[in-house]
Amino acid sequence: MVIEQSELAIQAQGVARRFGARWVLRGVTLAVEPGEIVGLLGANGSGKTTLLRIFGTLLKPSAGAARIYGHDVVRETDAVRAELAFLAHTPGHYDDLTARENLRFAAEMLGQPAGTNLDAALERVGLGHVINERVRGFSAGMQRRLGLARLLLRHARVLFLDEPYANLDAAGIALMNQVISEAGQAGGAALIVLHELAPAAGMLDRTITIENGRVSATGPAPVPRVRIVPPARAAAQAGGRR
Amino acid sequence: MAFHDDLRRVRAIAWKDLTTERRSKAGFNSVVALGVTILVLFGFALGPDAQALRDAAAGALWLAVLFAGVLAFNRSYQVELESGALDQLLQYPGPRWVIYVGKLIANSLFVGLMLVIVVAVGIALFQVRIPSAWPALIAVFALGAVGLVVLGTFYAAMASRSRAREVLLPLLLFPMLVPVLLAAISASKALLGGDLMHEAGAWVKLLAAYDLIFMVATLWAFEYVIEV
Repeated sequence: MVIEQSELAIQAQGVARRFGARWVLRGVTLAVEPGEIVGLLGANGSGKTTLLRIFGTLLKPSAGAARIYGHDVVRETDAVRAELAFLAHTPGHYDDLTARENLRFAAEMLGQPAGTNLDAALERVGLGHVINERVRGFSAGMQRRLGLARLLLRHARVLFLDEPYANLDAAGIALMNQVISEAGQAGGAALIVLHELAPAAGMLDRTITIENGRVSATGPAPVPRVRIVPPARAAAQAGGRR
Repeated sequence: MAFHDDLRRVRAIAWKDLTTERRSKAGFNSVVALGVTILVLFGFALGPDAQALRDAAAGALWLAVLFAGVLAFNRSYQVELESGALDQLLQYPGPRWVIYVGKLIANSLFVGLMLVIVVAVGIALFQVRIPSAWPALIAVFALGAVGLVVLGTFYAAMASRSRAREVLLPLLLFPMLVPVLLAAISASKALLGGDLMHEAGAWVKLLAAYDLIFMVATLWAFEYVIEV
């Protein structure tokens, strides 16, 4: 089946980026379809985070084009920002605000209604007991969970996750996988920067490896993704088979 | 509806900046301490002659506010850089001017409060007689502070994208502030001396014009300095 460009969730065509005289990306071309969850692998300094930051509108490519659902990341930044959620390697919280205040700030910046249930998001990521505590006292894992709560607020169709499992305990990893899985089932796409495949076992459709700023390999995930069919759809499929 | 959302974003940024500043306190205390220290040093440099102190009061006050202000502007973006919050801020939808205006409001209140304290200390230290036209003097301080905050907030955003931001900010800001400082010091000096030559009005008009021009220009240009 030929996929139309606008149908692709994530697309890069010859994306290059340099910092001073050093080329970090040297022409990356890749595509991710809606519903696909893809792991982005590569050694330190291979350009994975730079590529994610270009998709996330935080850096402009020096050459080439990147698109999210057909929207150009340079010319249509507002449309792109409305589609994506980005979990960066750094937490991005305000240390002197509480967990709830950080989320309320994010909700207001996202233009969400004043009555948005922020506590539910914090409860879901296991921070219900520290809602009114300042982030300054949070461990790295708790800050990661707060980042996940902020990610949940966005209801985005595309997730960009930069080493999402860093600093998370087993329960945190399971929670992260649940969120990624739900996004995939809802037809969303995800591009996940990984150093280890183990925490994402059974989550990925395929992997893309970047080496020296170029895509060096692409292939199916070693442990194929387990697609959970929603009960309603499973019943319909069973009915159709009878 | 979109404009209403933008106003909510402006309010959220101003609230966030003021709340973090109020809770950490370190920033405000150090900014005020620097302003007062500069005034004291000027006092020592000028000696005990009361008339010499009065003559130099306007210039000393504005320079103290300027140097302390630079510290405040650097801090307002330092909060965004500490844990990668600027990346998050830039990824929210909506126009970039909301970030600028939100920070402008927070910095105005911050610098305004600092100005009140520094001016009060300066009046006592330099033995300044409060003039009969004190409302005009307050207007001059308000207009001068607006010019300082508008340019300071803008250039701090530009410097925040550089590793040498602490050095870069004064290098960018001071030359651009010359007309604002010249008008503010001249108007303040005229009013403190009783405005015998009726020159304060012209300086105030010039100050207001600079404020307006810089406000419009920085609102337009902010998007280009904050995005990379």
